[in-house]
Amino acid sequence: MSDWPKVRLHVVTGKGGTGKSTVAAALALALATSGKNVLLCEVEGRQGIARMFDVDPLPYEERRIAKGAPDRDGRAGQVHALHIDPESALLEYLAMYYKLGRAGKALDRFGVIDFATTIAPGVRDVLLTGKVYEAVQRPRRSDKGRKGAAITYDAVVLDAPPTGRIGQFLGVNSELAGLAKVGPIKSQADKVMELLRSPRTAVHLVTILEEMPVQETSDGIAELRDAGLPVGGVVVNLVRPRALSTHALALVRDDEVDPTGIASDLKRAKVDVDAALVASLIDEARDHAVRRQLEDDQRVLVNAEDVPVYELPRLAAGIDRGALIDLALLLREQGMA
Amino acid sequence: MSPTPMTTERPVPLLDIDALLDDHSTEIIVCCGSGGVGKTTTSAALALRAAERGRQVVVLTIDPARRLAQSMGIEQLDNTPRPVPSVDASAGGSLDAMMLDMKRTFDEVVEGQASPEKARLILENPFYVALSSSFAGTQEYMAMEKLGQLHRQALEDGSYDLIVVDTPPSRSALDFLDAPERLSSFLDGRLIRLLVAPARGPARLMTAGLSVVTSALGKILGGQMLRDVQTFVTALDTLFGSFRQRAEQTFALLQADATAFVVVASPEPDALREAAYFVDRLTDDHMPLAGLVINRVSPSARTELSAEEAITAAERLRAGDSSSLAAGLLQLHADRVRIIEREQHLRERFAASHPQVPTALMPAMPGDIHDLDGLRMIACRLADQG
Repeated sequence: MSDWPKVRLHVVTGKGGTGKSTVAAALALALATSGKNVLLCEVEGRQGIARMFDVDPLPYEERRIAKGAPDRDGRAGQVHALHIDPESALLEYLAMYYKLGRAGKALDRFGVIDFATTIAPGVRDVLLTGKVYEAVQRPRRSDKGRKGAAITYDAVVLDAPPTGRIGQFLGVNSELAGLAKVGPIKSQADKVMELLRSPRTAVHLVTILEEMPVQETSDGIAELRDAGLPVGGVVVNLVRPRALSTHALALVRDDEVDPTGIASDLKRAKVDVDAALVASLIDEARDHAVRRQLEDDQRVLVNAEDVPVYELPRLAAGIDRGALIDLALLLREQGMA
Repeated sequence: MSPTPMTTERPVPLLDIDALLDDHSTEIIVCCGSGGVGKTTTSAALALRAAERGRQVVVLTIDPARRLAQSMGIEQLDNTPRPVPSVDASAGGSLDAMMLDMKRTFDEVVEGQASPEKARLILENPFYVALSSSFAGTQEYMAMEKLGQLHRQALEDGSYDLIVVDTPPSRSALDFLDAPERLSSFLDGRLIRLLVAPARGPARLMTAGLSVVTSALGKILGGQMLRDVQTFVTALDTLFGSFRQRAEQTFALLQADATAFVVVASPEPDALREAAYFVDRLTDDHMPLAGLVINRVSPSARTELSAEEAITAAERLRAGDSSSLAAGLLQLHADRVRIIEREQHLRERFAASHPQVPTALMPAMPGDIHDLDGLRMIACRLADQG
C-alpha cells in the first residue's frame, strides 16, 4: 500500500548534487505498476531523462521510454517522458487559446517569445507548471484506445528545480501575483496553484546525509508549509553501505579491532595477506566509521521533520536503467509508491 | 582491474593554485560550475589563501552556507565588502568579503544612472520590482555588475589587487555568461523600442506590425501588466544605452588577461558534463581559463587488493560466518575501489576530450567546512597536489 494513494502529481526537488533527477526517475518507475501510465517531466532543459534512460534527446512531445519496475509476477505499467521547454509551452498555449496567425511569427521576430519565456518575471515558471497541470488534469476519455487520443496518466512525476528555487518555481512568493492582477497568465497561475495546494499534489525533497543538504531540506519543508503546499516525503539518497554492524563500527571507531584475527580470517578466505593489508583495511573502515557517524547525526535531524522518510543506497557502479529499476523497487518496498 | 593508474592514461596537467594566486597580473578569479559542487567554499578558500600569501583580496559570494557566512563575518546583507576577522595578515595581505544583494545592486545601478525623479518612478514600478527581485537572469547580471563596480573601485583607490567571484547557482553553468547579454538586449532591444514607440511610430507598416505584437502581448500577459512594462521602459528610456554598454564592459573585463576562470566540478557525470560545456564555451569566447578543480574526490584506496578479489573473499568468509568482521572490511574496500574506478573513468573521459585543462583534485571531506581553519585546510590541499 502506497503512502500517497490520493496523489496524482509528485513534485521532486532537492539540493544540487543530491540526485533528485535519479530519484524522480526511480519514483516514476515505481509508480508504473501493471496497467498504469506514468508521466515523468523535466523542466530544466538538461535532457537528463534521455541520458538516464539512454534514449535520444526528448522533443516537446510525450514519449514512451520504459516499462515500470516489475511486480512479483513480472508485470509492469508504462513510463512516458516529456521534456518541457518554455518556448514550446508558450507556442502551444497560444495556439490552443488564441488564433494568432501571422502575429505568432511576428512575436518571435520582435523577441516577444524570448521576453515572455526568459525575462518576464515568473512567466516562464507558469508556462512550465502549466504544461504539467495540463497533463495531470487531462480528462479521461472513453475512447482511450483510439489512435491519436492523448494518453491520460495515473500519476505525473515532475523533476523540479532545486530546493533553493522550488518555492519561487511553484509560485510561492510569486512576483507574478503582484504583477499580473488580471489576464490569462494570472488565471493560468491561479488554476495551477489550486492543483499544487490540493491533496492531489505532494512535494518530495531529496537529500543526502550531509549538513548543508539536510539544513536546506529543513528550510525547504518550512517554506513549503508556510506557503500551504503539501509536503510529501524526504528521500535520503546515496546512503553508504551498511557493511558493518553497529557493534563492528564501534570496534573500528575505538581502535579495538584485533589485526591478527582479521589476518587469519583473510588467510582462510585465500587472500594474499600481510600486516600492511590488514592495517589498510582497518584504516579504510575507520574513514567509513567516521562518515557513518556523521550520517547518523544527520539522520536524526531528518527523522525529526515528521514526514515519511525513504532511503536509497549509494550505488558504487553509478546509475543506469538497471540501477533505476533497483531503486524503484526499494522505493516501492518502503511504501513511497 | 587495478585501482592504480593505467599506463595508457595521459598525464593531466596540474593546476598550480599558488602560481595562480601569487601572479599579480591575475586581478579577477571567477569560480563557476553547476550547483552543489562546492563553488562557494572553493572561492572562499582561494580568496583566503591569496590574502594570507600577501594579496589584497575581496571575495564576492552569492549564497554561502549560514555558518560559513558567520565565520566570515558576512551574515548580514549590506552589499558592501567587510573585513574578514582572524585572517593572518603577516604577509601583508588582507581579505574582505561580501554577499551579493541583487535587488540592492540593481537599485544602485538605476539610482546611479537616472535623475532622482526618474529613479523613483522606476524603483516604484511593479514590473521593475518583480524584475529586480526575481532570479530569471537578474542574479547573474547583478553578480557581473557588482564585479564591474568592485573592479572600478579597485582601480581607483587601489583597495584590492584581487577579486574572487563565486557565480550564482544557475540552472546551467552557462547562464551567468548569457544572462547579462540577454537582459541588456531586452532592455535595449527592439521589443522595448516598439513598446515605447507607439506615439512616434515611424512608418505605417511598422505600426501595423507593432499593433499586432502589442495586442498579442496584451493577450498573453494581460493589459495591466503590459501597461506596467510600458511605463517601466518609458521611464528607463534614457538608460538603454548604458545597460548594453555595461554588459559589454563586463564581458570585455572577463575576456581580459587579468581574469582567470576556475571551473569547479565534482566527479559525477552531470557536473563534469557541465564543466566540459563550460570549458568549451570559455574557449570559444576567448576567455582565460586557469583550470578545473574537482571537489569531493573519493579518498584513494590504501591497498591494491582489487574489488573482485575482495568480494570473492568476503563471500567465502560470509559462507562460514554471516557476521564476519573481516568480510565487512573487504566489502567496504570493494565498494571504495569501485567508486574510485568510476570517478577515475569519468575524469579520464573529461581529460581525453579536454587534454589541455590543468586540473587540481580535492578529496572529499568527512564534514562540512564552517570556518577559516577549514578553508585554510582545503586551500592547502588544493595547492599541494603532490
